Amino acid sequence: MTTDLISGPIAAIIAMTLATYLTRVSGYWLMGHVPMTARVRRILETLPGAIVVATIVPIVAKAGAPGLVGIGVTFAAMLLLRRNEFAAVALGLTAVALTRAAGF
Amino acid sequence: MTTPAQPRAKAPHWSWPGLLEGARLSVPLLPGVVVFSAAFGTIAAQKGLTLFDTVLMNAIVFAGAAQLVAMEIWSAPLSFGTIVSIAVVTMVVNARFVLMTASLRPWLDPLPAWQVYPALLLTTDATWIVGIRYHASGGTDASIYLGAGLALWALWVVTVIPGYLLGAVLADPARLGFDLMLPIFFMAMLVQLWRGPRRAIGWAVAGIVALVASWLLPGWWFIVIGAVVGSIAGGFIDDN
Repeated sequence: MTTDLISGPIAAIIAMTLATYLTRVSGYWLMGHVPMTARVRRILETLPGAIVVATIVPIVAKAGAPGLVGIGVTFAAMLLLRRNEFAAVALGLTAVALTRAAGF
Repeated sequence: MTTPAQPRAKAPHWSWPGLLEGARLSVPLLPGVVVFSAAFGTIAAQKGLTLFDTVLMNAIVFAGAAQLVAMEIWSAPLSFGTIVSIAVVTMVVNARFVLMTASLRPWLDPLPAWQVYPALLLTTDATWIVGIRYHASGGTDASIYLGAGLALWALWVVTVIPGYLLGAVLADPARLGFDLMLPIFFMAMLVQLWRGPRRAIGWAVAGIVALVASWLLPGWWFIVIGAVVGSIAGGFIDDN
């Protein structure tokens, strides 16, 4: 039921916007209503790295050899290049492209 | 907390230099944003969205992965049922933002809500990782989050236009490795989040649980499930 007042695409974009904003504020809001005990603090301190690892591992596993090479090169570059993340990301992407170009 | 583990950091605040510094910290992510946004513009054009709708979506939704998945469902004419499906899928793909903004609470809590919530609306993977990395290295200026968010947002809105108009410029971003931009950038950031092995146990649990979840469940649930289980495991490992 889309009316003449508002087109279908606009209604869909507004619905997506509201859905997205809800996810952007609800976690922060929720943690304002949970007592900040030492345990909750430790959970929140572990959370950023946990999100990062939970994102990387399945995506890289699915990507196969190019993913593993790219991640490995990025990790090595971060350790060797004094934590220069721009160079590390560029080298990681280059490694992915080269591994794929080599036919993996 | 009456006994902070480390010397009490400066209270969070806002500053003009912080805005610029946040934009500067987001620079390594900008090539990925350009490619992703242009690719989205091409797909949106193929799906029959007008240029206005495409730019509007980038400007107010500002969530690349969710927008791409929504394009899979998008069909003309859009029925009420399709719009509801698009909204639900958007929420599921963006569920990780719930956890990301939860992790910002210890940093931003002392600031007034009316200042924090508008900045949170700029949350993306990139905004969040720039902010949390900055905070993990001892920074407290909340403008970093806003500055990074605004820089990423501006580029996201502008670069969709050539992608829409030119189309197929980057028909195969995978060839250049750009489909793996997110995990590779996260890897670089992870090295900087390292604070000793205790927290890494929770991270390892997160990785294993996420991997298993990705085999068992469709979509992006593996991020949320892995991160929740891993961080709770980390919370139960005592400091001493």
